[in-house]
Amino acid sequence: MAGGEVLRQNLPEKLEESPSGANELHVLAVDDSLVDRKVIERLLKISSCKVTVVESGTRALQYLGLDGDKKSSIGFDSVKVNLIMTDYSMPGMTGYDLLKKIKQESSVFREIPVVIMSSENILTRIDRCLEEGAEDFLLKPVKLSDVRRLKDFIMRGEVKEGEKRCCKRSRSEDCSPSSMTHPCDSSLLSSLSSSSVLSPLSPSTLSSKKSRL
Amino acid sequence: MDKVRLQREAAFIRSSLLDQGYLDEQFIQLEELQDNDNPNFVEEVVTLFYTDSARLIYNIDQALLSNPTDFTKLDDYMHQFKGSCSSIGAKKVKNECNGFGEYCEAQNYDGCFRTFQQIKQEYINLKKKLETYFQPSYDHIYAYYLISPYDLMR
Repeated sequence: MAGGEVLRQNLPEKLEESPSGANELHVLAVDDSLVDRKVIERLLKISSCKVTVVESGTRALQYLGLDGDKKSSIGFDSVKVNLIMTDYSMPGMTGYDLLKKIKQESSVFREIPVVIMSSENILTRIDRCLEEGAEDFLLKPVKLSDVRRLKDFIMRGEVKEGEKRCCKRSRSEDCSPSSMTHPCDSSLLSSLSSSSVLSPLSPSTLSSKKSRL
Repeated sequence: MDKVRLQREAAFIRSSLLDQGYLDEQFIQLEELQDNDNPNFVEEVVTLFYTDSARLIYNIDQALLSNPTDFTKLDDYMHQFKGSCSSIGAKKVKNECNGFGEYCEAQNYDGCFRTFQQIKQEYINLKKKLETYFQPSYDHIYAYYLISPYDLMR
């Protein structure tokens, strides 16, 4: 039995996961609001993302296998997440706390882009999150255009990584960075979703990026 | 009333809710997320909102009955409630919540209490209008016009 299945069986029923497609961005959304979870899930699905929605930072860490529980420390093989979108104001562990925890982790998890969502436009809050390594700070309610912009940004990062790998393997004759429909795209994406590939999800430059998208 | 007429009534209600500031662009955004595979998405979200926020309304009512008043708790519940209002585009209800927040900060119980009665009123008002919009029927249309007779004068 794959490690991922063992992990998921131990998680509570509230975990909602969309069926896996081979070449999709997998987004983990974290929000304590039932309404917001429903909306963000729809926003992501309509943007062709695989979505996993959880109700708290604790559940998010459990899902990722980062909660320190021996049972779930199977490692990165079990779950592949390309982006984490978390609400800021949550009881117990805030989105900021979750962000910090993820950025303190080993290199693979630290590379996962984390986006904070908040209904409050507080400059000090935004700065604090970006300082801690958040990829972006979205004001709620989150719009379809926000999700699309995010997805494009993450995909661009993946394409760049894929191009490096493709050129090494020389699978394609065309390794031009400007091409968005790169012939290697499908192979890149399938390698991303394969659980045996332990590679950074985004270029390391992304996690130290301070500017707002 | 035939189906076409009912649909026209529903469309009219939607426009008027947007024009009169009961709903804002977020409601339109939710409509854009609807498609043939998810034809009732907006209604589902709104239904979820009313089911879920009933709990928050109850909590606020209870907190307002407690002595001494825990303004931190009140503010916290209201923050959650306001967030949900914002997520479905319930503009008028959301705006009423701002007033509540200010009274909370000032630890003004009377202000909080009065404002919350207004919030509940707007909340119920919107619910009835949205029910009419999602499920237009003879009774609903009739009831809708009874609730807001001034709409007929537009």
